[in-house]
Amino acid sequence: MINKTVKDAREAVKDIPSGAFLMMGGFGLCGIPENSIAALLERDIKDLTIVSNNAGVDDFGIGLLLKRRMVKKMISSYVGENAEFERQLLSGELEVDLIPQGTLAERVRAGGAGIPAFFTPAGVGTEVAEGKEVREFDGKLYLMERWLRADFSLVKAWKGDTAGNLIFKGTARNFNPMMAAAGKITIAEVEELVPAGELDPNQIHTPGIYVQRIFQGENYEKRIEQRTTRS
Amino acid sequence: MLSKQQIAQRIAKEVKNGQYINLGIGIPTLVANYIPEDLEIVLQSENGLLGIGPFPTEAEIDPDLINAGKQTITMVKGSAIFNSAESFAMIRGGHVHLTILGAMEVSENGDIANWKIPGKMVKGMGGAMDLVASAENIIVAMQHCSKSGDSKLLPECTLPITGIRCVKKIVTDLAVLEIHQEGGFILKERAPGISVEEIKQKTAGKLIIEGDIPEMNI
Repeated sequence: MINKTVKDAREAVKDIPSGAFLMMGGFGLCGIPENSIAALLERDIKDLTIVSNNAGVDDFGIGLLLKRRMVKKMISSYVGENAEFERQLLSGELEVDLIPQGTLAERVRAGGAGIPAFFTPAGVGTEVAEGKEVREFDGKLYLMERWLRADFSLVKAWKGDTAGNLIFKGTARNFNPMMAAAGKITIAEVEELVPAGELDPNQIHTPGIYVQRIFQGENYEKRIEQRTTRS
Repeated sequence: MLSKQQIAQRIAKEVKNGQYINLGIGIPTLVANYIPEDLEIVLQSENGLLGIGPFPTEAEIDPDLINAGKQTITMVKGSAIFNSAESFAMIRGGHVHLTILGAMEVSENGDIANWKIPGKMVKGMGGAMDLVASAENIIVAMQHCSKSGDSKLLPECTLPITGIRCVKKIVTDLAVLEIHQEGGFILKERAPGISVEEIKQKTAGKLIIEGDIPEMNI
């Protein structure tokens, strides 16, 4: 079995250049590649384009990359939790493409699956439709949307093996599997890395073919945005 | 005038046995508290879960388990977890029966605006555009008027819209209304103590009043 293991986050992200087109898994702060983001912060690179459903919060996740001005453009669906983001956006320092969440997920999925475009009803008649082909199928209007593919995809899983097979936990799965498939080089960080053969093949969510580098992350903070409990 | 809880309570009466339902952030989330216990329904969370349970106790909190509003949650028995592409496949594919969401404005032909205030608020649409473009049945929970007293039920939306001709029913603090196929808000029920006259006054879009309008039963 091909061994995809790299030593740590630093080694995994060491060749990501300025201007790279990246994808990062996660929904809010749930399932984000914490270790890879921390390692990127140590690099002297800028002008990154990042596809991620959200943009982190001011002092965690992608918010840290924004604060260091490493990001040129975000492609996201919802960015409401980040004041620095809003400031950079309104001042024109940051470019942002806001995309309906399902369209974002499907554009990434299409990228990994080799489908250059597809039609979706989301956004018909709204400003999202501007400049896009609209076509009628069986009496309903649909927008043509293009695939998204990345130079590097940074994903986070619960368990992984040295062959790159991944298993996610709970709603930390979210965008991670599609992004793993849509990256030319996919870097997976996992909470527990085991030798190939130890994970049940029936339970694999992301097959190792999509993963080029894997490492065991450390010190996961897993910050909670809205800690909500019942008494 | 209904409180937010009462709006949620009234909307809960629209829920039918066997439905898969997506609840938006805000008042829609509260609807879950009022769904009768004898109904078997499943709540979908677009970040990848069918089977949202109650909020966790302090001991049950799991950072890997949140709803689309990023709140910590639990799962009910028989839940299923999936990725975001699968989640929106079930939404666009028409498998989710009912979507309940908030709105800043609704127009008399069923357009909805709830994602952007130009120059003021740029948060993004999240999953709202996919949901409103796909759901068979969309119920909107909203205040009838803005804080400054302007009607939010309009001939046409003034804010950037989220979806066209998609809203079926609206529950506000003053009334229950349905969208007429050819345009117009059909007044179905009044909130307790609210007159038809007041609703008329506070509805900028075309209001259709047929016969006696009953008071809501909540």
